[in-house]
Amino acid sequence: MAEVAHAEVGHGDHHDDHHEQSFWSKYIFSTDHKIIGFQYMFTGMAMALIGGYFAYVFRMQLAFPGASIPFWGTLSPAAYNSLVTNHGTIMIFWVAMPVLIAAMGNFLIPLMIGCDDMVFPKVNRLSFQIFLLSAIVLIISFFVPGGGFGGAWTAYPPLSAKAEFNATPFGAPLWLIAVTLEIVAFLLGGINFITTTMNARAKGMKMYDIPIIVWMIVIASILFMCSVGPLVAGAVMLLFDQTMGTAFFDANAGGDPVLWQHLFWFFGHPEVYVVLLPAMGIVGEVTCTFARKKLFAYKLILYSSVGLGILSFFVWAHHQFISGVDPRATYLFTTTTLLISIPVAIIMFAYIATLYGGSIRFTTAMLFGLAFTGEFLLGGVTGIWLGSSGTDIYLHDTYFVLAHFHYTFVPIAIIATFAAIYYWFPKMFGRKMNETWGKIHFWGTIIPFNGIFIPLFILGAGGQHRRIYNYQNFPDLAGADMQDMRVFATVSLIIMLIFQLVFIVNFIVSLKRGEKAGKNPWKANTLEWITESPPPHGNFGATMPEVYRGPYEYSVEGREKDYWPQNEKPEPENR
Amino acid sequence: MKTMEPAYGAPEAPRPATGLSNSALGMLAFIATELMFFAALVSAYLVISSTAEAWPPEGQPRLPIEISALNSLILFASGWMIFKAFRSFKADPASETTRKEVGLTLWLGTVFVGIQGVEWIRLLSFGMTMTSSQYGAFFYLIIGTHALHAIGAVLALWRLVRKLDAGTLKEESFHAVQMFWYFVVGIWPILYVLVYLS
Repeated sequence: MAEVAHAEVGHGDHHDDHHEQSFWSKYIFSTDHKIIGFQYMFTGMAMALIGGYFAYVFRMQLAFPGASIPFWGTLSPAAYNSLVTNHGTIMIFWVAMPVLIAAMGNFLIPLMIGCDDMVFPKVNRLSFQIFLLSAIVLIISFFVPGGGFGGAWTAYPPLSAKAEFNATPFGAPLWLIAVTLEIVAFLLGGINFITTTMNARAKGMKMYDIPIIVWMIVIASILFMCSVGPLVAGAVMLLFDQTMGTAFFDANAGGDPVLWQHLFWFFGHPEVYVVLLPAMGIVGEVTCTFARKKLFAYKLILYSSVGLGILSFFVWAHHQFISGVDPRATYLFTTTTLLISIPVAIIMFAYIATLYGGSIRFTTAMLFGLAFTGEFLLGGVTGIWLGSSGTDIYLHDTYFVLAHFHYTFVPIAIIATFAAIYYWFPKMFGRKMNETWGKIHFWGTIIPFNGIFIPLFILGAGGQHRRIYNYQNFPDLAGADMQDMRVFATVSLIIMLIFQLVFIVNFIVSLKRGEKAGKNPWKANTLEWITESPPPHGNFGATMPEVYRGPYEYSVEGREKDYWPQNEKPEPENR
Repeated sequence: MKTMEPAYGAPEAPRPATGLSNSALGMLAFIATELMFFAALVSAYLVISSTAEAWPPEGQPRLPIEISALNSLILFASGWMIFKAFRSFKADPASETTRKEVGLTLWLGTVFVGIQGVEWIRLLSFGMTMTSSQYGAFFYLIIGTHALHAIGAVLALWRLVRKLDAGTLKEESFHAVQMFWYFVVGIWPILYVLVYLS
C-alpha cells in the first residue's frame, strides 16, 4: 500500500533512482524541466541566428540597393518581402517567446519555487515537441515554390489572403500553420507555469515570497492564454480564406478585412507585454542581486504588473488608427494607451529606486540589466507619440514606428536575455562565463544597437515609409543624407552581428573551461542558488527546501553577511 | 506500483493556495483560453452578420431549429448526468450507479454529436457549404468548432469509462474532464441562440 501511495505522488517518484539514461531519452525525449528549458533556449538561439541573418540581408539591400549581397546574392522584391516578414515572425514567435518565457520559465520556475519538476512533465515535453515541429514547418516554408510568406508579420488581408496578391501560394498557409502550432506549444507551457507556481511551491513560500520573475512569467502566461484565442480564431479563418475559398476577410463577398486586424491585435498587443514582463522580471532579479539591496516596492511592482496586464487588453486598436476605425474610438484607445505607460513607469522607477544607495557590482549581467532599463525607457517614451492618434496619422507605417518597437523588442528579447544568460549560466552549466569577454560583448552590442535605430528614428520622422524595397524609386526619400543614414544603420547592424560571435565563442569555451561557479557565485537569495550547479535531476536532492522569508533580503542590518537565503532557518530570538 | 489493486480515491490533496488539484487548475487555465477563442468567433460572427444586407441571406436553407433544440436538451441532460456521476464517484467510485451515470453521459454526448452529423449532411445536400455564403461559412466555422470540442470531450469521456472499468481513474482526472464537459455544454446555448435563432 505504501508503494501505491508513493505512486500517487505522481511524477516525483522516479527522481530518486539515478539509473543511467541513454543520450536519446536524457536530452531529446526528456521530461526534466531543465532539459526542456535548454531545448527551448538552444532552439531559440538557433532561430535568432536565422532572424539576424535575414535582417542583415534586407538591411544590405536598403543600404546598397541592387548590389550583390555577400552570403546571399541579388535580392529580389519577392524575397525581400519574405525576409522582412519572416524576420519579424521569427524574432517574436521563435526567439522572444521561447527564450524569455519558455526557456526561462521552464528552467527557473521549479528551481525558484523549490519543487522537483513541473506538475505536468509530459505535457511539458509535448509542448517542446510541438514547438520544434512549428519551427521545422516554418523553415520548410522558406523552400517551397514561391518562397516563404511575404505578407508582413501582421499578415493583413487581402494581401495575406490571396496567393495572387502575396505571390506565396504555399508559404502563406505554412506560415499560418507554423504560427498556430507555436501558439499551441506555448499554451501547454503556460498551463504548466501557472499550475506549477500556484500549486507546487516549497513549504513556507507565501504569495509575496515568490521571486518577481516567477510572478512576471505567470502573469505573462495568463495574459498569453487570455489573448491568444482570437489570434487562433483569426488564423483558422485566414487559413480557410487561403485554402478553401471562404471570404471571411474579403470585402467583395461580404467579409471584413479590418476584422483580421482586430483579431490579430487583440492578441498582438498583450503579446508585447507577454514578452516584456519576463524581461522585466529578469532585470528585477539581476538588479537586486548586484545592487545588494532589497527590491524597492515589491508589492507595488506586482500590482502594477497585474494592472498592466489588465490594461493591455484595452489598447489594441492603437495599431489601427488609420485603418478606418471610428475617430471617436481612437480617443478611447489613445487614452488607454497613454494610461498603460503608468504601470510600466512605476516598475522602471522601482528598479531605479532599487539601485539608489546600493553597492552596485558592474558584472556583465548587471550591465545588460541596466542597459535594459535605459534603452527600454527610450522605446517606451517614443511610444507616446504613436499612441496619440493625432501624431500617429503622420508617423504610421514609417521607420519611426519600426525604430520604436525595436527599441522595445531588442531590450526585451536581446538585452534582457543576455542579462539572464550571463546571470544564470553558472547555475545552468556549473561554470561562469568570462567577464572580460562578456563586457566586450556588452559594449559591442549596445553601441551598435543605438547606431542602428537612432538613424531610423530620424528617417522615420523624415517620412521614410516601411515596406519599401528600393528607396531610389522615390525621389523624396532618395537624398544622399537619407541614404547615408541607411548605410550607417546597416554598418552598425553588421558590427552588432559580428560581436555576437564573441558571445557564442565565450559561451562554448565557458561550458568547458569557465571558472567553476560553486553553488552560489553571486551570493543571491533565491532558492535556485542553494542547490548544486548544475542542479541534479530532481533539483534539490533528498530534502526539499523550506522557505522562511522573502527573496530580496539583501544587506539586512545586524547580519554579518549581506545576503540571507530564503531557506535559511531563522536563529532563535533570544540569542 | 507493481500491485494491481485499484488506485481509487486518495486524491492529491488540494493546495491551500488555490483549493484545486493540479489537473483542475490546469483545465481552468485551458478553459479560459477556449472561452476567449469562442468569444473571438462570436464577435467575428456579430461583426459580419450585423453589417450584412440580409441575415440569413436569400437562397440559403433554414437551419434545423427544432431538431437542434431537442438535441440541446440531450446535451443538457448529459451535463446533468456528469454532475451526478462525479458526485456518485466521490461517494463510491466502484458502485454500480457511478458506472451507469458515467456511461449515460457518454451515450448522451455521442447521440448529440451523431444528430449534429446527420443535420450537417442534410444541410450540405441542400447546398449550404463553407463557400456558398458568409452564413454557411460562419455556421460551419462556429458550430463545427463546437462539434470538434464535443468530439474531443466524448473521447475523453470514453477514456474515462475505460479507466473507471480498469479501476485506475483518479478523482482529479474525472474533475478535469467534468469541467471540460461543462464548458462544452455551457457554451452551446449561447451558440445556439446566436447562430440558429438569428
